[in-house]
Amino acid sequence: MQLIPCPWCGPREEVEFHYGGQAHVAYPAEPAELSDEEWASFVFFRDNPRGPFAERWSHAAGCRRWFNAVRDTRSYELLAVYRPDQERPVTT
Amino acid sequence: MTADIATRRSPLDGWTSRLAELAPAVRLAERPFVSQLTLRLPDSSRAAAVSTVLGVELPSAPCTFAKGTGPHGPVEVCWLGPDEYLVLAQPGLQRTLESALRAAIGDAHGAVVDVSAQRTTLTLSGPNARDLLAHGCAVDLHPSVSPTGTCVQTLLAQAGIILLVREAEFVVLVRASFATYLAAWLLDAGTEYREQPT
Amino acid sequence: MTADFRLPRGGRIDRDRPLRFTFNGRSLTGRQGDTLASALLANGVHQVTTSIKYGRPRGIMAAGVEEPNALVQLAEPVSEPMLTATTVELCDGLVAEGLVGHGRLGDEPDPARYDSKHAHCDVLVIGAGPAGLAAALTAARSGARVVVVDDQSAAGGSLLGRDDYLDDRSSDAWVRDVVAELDATPDVLRLDRTTAFGAYQDGFVLALQRRTDHLGFDAPRHVARHRIWRIRATQTVIATGAHERPIVFDDNDRPGIMLAGAARTYLHRYGVQVGKRVGVFTTNDSAYVAAIELAEAGIDVPVLFDARQDVPQRLRAECAARGIDVYPGHVVTGTEGRDHLTDVHIGPVGGERCDTVGCDTLLVSGGWNPAVHLFSQLGGQLRYAPSLGAYVPAEALSSARVVGSAAGSFELMACIEQGAEAGRAALTAAGFSPGADVTVPVADTRPDEVAAMVLWRVPEGAPKVPLGTEYVPKVPFGTAGDDNSADARFVDLQRDATVSDVLRATGAGLRSLEHVKRYTTIGTAHDQGKTSGMVAAGIVAEALGEDLAERRPTTFRPPYTSVPFAALGGRDRGELYDPVRVTALHDWHVAHGAEFEDVGQWKRARHYPRYDEDMHAAVLRECRAAREGVALMDASTLGKIDVQGPDAPALLDMLYTNMMSTLKVGRIRYGVMCGIDGMVIDDGTVIRLADDRFLLTTTTGNAAMVLDWIEEWLQTEWPHLRVFATSVTEHWVTVPLVGPRSRDVLAALAPDIDVSNDAFGFMTWQDTTVAGIPARVCRISFSGELAYEINVNAWHGLALWEALIEAGEPYGITPYGTETMHVLRAEKGYPIVGQDTDGTVTPQDLGMSWAVSKKKTDFIGKRSFSRPENLRPDRKHLVGLLPADPTVPLPEGGQIIEHDYVPEPPVRALGHVTSSYDSAALGRTFAFALLRSGRERVGEKLYVPVGDDLVAVTVTDTVFYDKEGARRDG
Ligand SMILES: [Zn+2]
Repeated sequence: MQLIPCPWCGPREEVEFHYGGQAHVAYPAEPAELSDEEWASFVFFRDNPRGPFAERWSHAAGCRRWFNAVRDTRSYELLAVYRPDQERPVTT
Repeated sequence: MTADIATRRSPLDGWTSRLAELAPAVRLAERPFVSQLTLRLPDSSRAAAVSTVLGVELPSAPCTFAKGTGPHGPVEVCWLGPDEYLVLAQPGLQRTLESALRAAIGDAHGAVVDVSAQRTTLTLSGPNARDLLAHGCAVDLHPSVSPTGTCVQTLLAQAGIILLVREAEFVVLVRASFATYLAAWLLDAGTEYREQPT
Repeated sequence: MTADFRLPRGGRIDRDRPLRFTFNGRSLTGRQGDTLASALLANGVHQVTTSIKYGRPRGIMAAGVEEPNALVQLAEPVSEPMLTATTVELCDGLVAEGLVGHGRLGDEPDPARYDSKHAHCDVLVIGAGPAGLAAALTAARSGARVVVVDDQSAAGGSLLGRDDYLDDRSSDAWVRDVVAELDATPDVLRLDRTTAFGAYQDGFVLALQRRTDHLGFDAPRHVARHRIWRIRATQTVIATGAHERPIVFDDNDRPGIMLAGAARTYLHRYGVQVGKRVGVFTTNDSAYVAAIELAEAGIDVPVLFDARQDVPQRLRAECAARGIDVYPGHVVTGTEGRDHLTDVHIGPVGGERCDTVGCDTLLVSGGWNPAVHLFSQLGGQLRYAPSLGAYVPAEALSSARVVGSAAGSFELMACIEQGAEAGRAALTAAGFSPGADVTVPVADTRPDEVAAMVLWRVPEGAPKVPLGTEYVPKVPFGTAGDDNSADARFVDLQRDATVSDVLRATGAGLRSLEHVKRYTTIGTAHDQGKTSGMVAAGIVAEALGEDLAERRPTTFRPPYTSVPFAALGGRDRGELYDPVRVTALHDWHVAHGAEFEDVGQWKRARHYPRYDEDMHAAVLRECRAAREGVALMDASTLGKIDVQGPDAPALLDMLYTNMMSTLKVGRIRYGVMCGIDGMVIDDGTVIRLADDRFLLTTTTGNAAMVLDWIEEWLQTEWPHLRVFATSVTEHWVTVPLVGPRSRDVLAALAPDIDVSNDAFGFMTWQDTTVAGIPARVCRISFSGELAYEINVNAWHGLALWEALIEAGEPYGITPYGTETMHVLRAEKGYPIVGQDTDGTVTPQDLGMSWAVSKKKTDFIGKRSFSRPENLRPDRKHLVGLLPADPTVPLPEGGQIIEHDYVPEPPVRALGHVTSSYDSAALGRTFAFALLRSGRERVGEKLYVPVGDDLVAVTVTDTVFYDKEGARRDG
């Protein structure tokens, strides 16, 4: 059982968290202005990298806060966690 | 207008004697009808006014609670999130406190919700209380890690809980609909700690 | 054989406590402290079972978890399949039988209790052998929180199977002292009979503790039989020891052939001599010690064959002094004996000559494999050590270190030294300062003299039979005729996999050990290849002409040993399997005979049968009461979310497809929520409590999802919105009071309000008291009838309910359950999200374009409605179906086809039935369906295959009852 470090509560067991997919995919400001293809790309397409990946997580069974995490998809190691309003930190 | 106290019923009404069977290893009891209010206050400008109403400073550290006594008697304020608190007070005070808190917040950004019946309260104490919780709670409750004043939202068995570490007891707040599940689980997990197992 | 193989003295058993047991129908006696295997050997029983494929007799080969052969099924004291005799602690009254490969689960439910517990520590030590004990003691002396787990019934590890001296005392005394100090140190948790079977990220280790099995029939029923320890450690010291490796030769599987170290364990730990006349075959020095110690115990050990030409001279001299003839450069080329070993064929390596020695037991040692399983599970890289012929840890991990023979270090004092050092390193890494040093005692062990030789199998070309005997290809006992069966050089004894199998795999072009493993099944049995994996790897490398050091080892995965599912399940079974959520009125429903249905984790009253009513009759009666008189239900499970803040209207306008900001205080609006893909995710009512405050209801199953959904948008997309959402689901008890007489009942209990239609209109709410209880009453109807939804603080829910029942008594008030609720709503054409939708359905598909705002510039899902896919005319629409025969119910999930016959596959299904009921009001059955181009098909006749029949149905719109809505206002 992996530990995920909630930026507020500290490390907790993975079962307390919900996964929220790729981070930094903003809801489009003007959906009506987007072509069908652009909209479909927003709704259905996400990156799937091998290596560091910025994701959204929610501490669902804890403080219910959403936060972002950079996770290495090869090792599952969480390289950084940060609040939604923060920039993605530089990780090695 | 208040409803008749005689007809109110807590989620673990009828469980008193069963819960008591774990004593003396674990003294387990429901403390029903605690006044509970969710307080949201991102605006720190009213924190002082709110503290005056409650008689206790709002806890600033995550996963802690603060306690004090104010105009409405003993009060505990639990940190639930960066701008979210759960206020615990003596039974019967929810309406008074709700109004008082609203007044303290004034036109600042904040919210107060009466959630008194949303959860019920269990207390656990005794030599095996920490052991019992360790059967279903992954948070380390060793005093060196979770000292008095700790308040965590986590899972106990398969139920979400708010857990407070008081001086001599643990407090478990559990959603009312999960209360009988959790009570049954605690009794089952506590079987080995009974003096005369049934 | 009934001879007594228990030695007159020695062993860590209680000779005054005989234990009677039955094996394969034979009554036998063992001693307290025995395993089933040691007790069998003490009775001269070597053969435990026969092999799975060839039916060859198989015996006991090891003394621990690595045992590949001795599988047993327990009948008493508990029914348990697939255990190894070497790990079953003997108890009085035990009944077991040998198992041929497969076990059988008992027929009866398992009455035992199972448990789990979390433990947290600074330093976890896995293995309480010399290295582990030294590490644990070092850690304990610093004040750190320490957990020590060991899979044996007592601490000591390899020392239990030896008679070494440490300083001037028996090693037992050293172990006793260490254990006593550990047990006296606060915050040290020492667990015997506890196998760490999985090591995971972040210092997480799972261990299985066998708590009562050794107590047999005396096991207290209230004590959990097994416990899964969920250990979270800052630092882990892995001191799991090593498993001895066999050597493959012809007929290497006969009962009586066992690992040399195992014989030593049987001697010292159990006081058992494994045979009367014992031969030894080795590639390393360790088996010399076994031979010497067995001889010292009075056992006849005439010969020791060492594959090495260069043999240890001091050990050889010790052997000679005890009458053991050492044959350098000799290998075992074959064996004889049916149920038990009788003879061993031996010869010089590569030679032409062969001799036969009569032996009832042959001890084999091909070297030692460090137990690197947990280290590998942690992702630790392994390295092939050519001097050992085994894998060892190749790197240090930041939070785990491997010591002792698990790290390839086999010398006793070095193990203790390493353990102490690892303890210090772990402490420092965990932020502690080491306390008093652990003194390393001086051991009297015999040092290794000559490097071990790595020999996977006795080479081809060695003579197979004694000189002068004609060579006859062997056909194993049991199965005949299989080409492969002629090979009796077994690599994996449990799988009956031979050298030929491995060579066939490599011959077929397989190179990766993972592939060979799957092709041959080697390493896939209960023992997971603890004795066969390394040998197989060696033979594969030889066959491919490759260096093992260049090849990738297989990855070890949890569990290290088998773990019963019951233990993994713990107490999550029976009534605790999944949380059962109940409302404040649950006890009343139970007391009044309700039948329940599961809705998510909730128990909801489904119907309230009277006398001998079945559900059908009860539902017809309940429906009639709601349509003709008055009825009430418990709707407390509906999700309820308080939304506060000046931007609440703006938030709700984005969340719902329809406009919520225009809702006036005091009024209620139905709303639909979609995902960004435009598919319906939930629906419910929105009550406006104040300019800046709303109360949302959600469907029962989606309460948590909707709150999470709101929080997700608020926190990640629109943090500027000044809104807070709070779940109040359980704060309220919600009771719909339904039917033409509902107004009369409410009027009787709510004297403070005017309940007339003019004063209390549809889709409005009022705060008042009902039966003296503060209540919020909403005029909402999910049935089409005049109805009020009464909400009170849940503490007062029962009082409200009972007051309503009493006040409604003159009108025949009837409680109804979810089934009736479904019929009533369906008669009115109201879909249920999650029943009539499945995540692929838009509001337009449901015929709810009226609930989709045209005015709002945006809301979640809006942009997707104009995607081409969502504009297709052949989308599935929600429609009604009326069976031609009004008595026939359609099965929910039934497929809809075009023809009155079932054509050849593939059959084109036009859609499926989503809800189906029998209606009292309509006097017939009816259904909802999602049907391709459904709205264009209204009036068409289609068919639903039901069993062998085709039920003709007519497509209709979805409103079946009171189409003009005349009943809503009473
Ligand atoms: Zn958190």
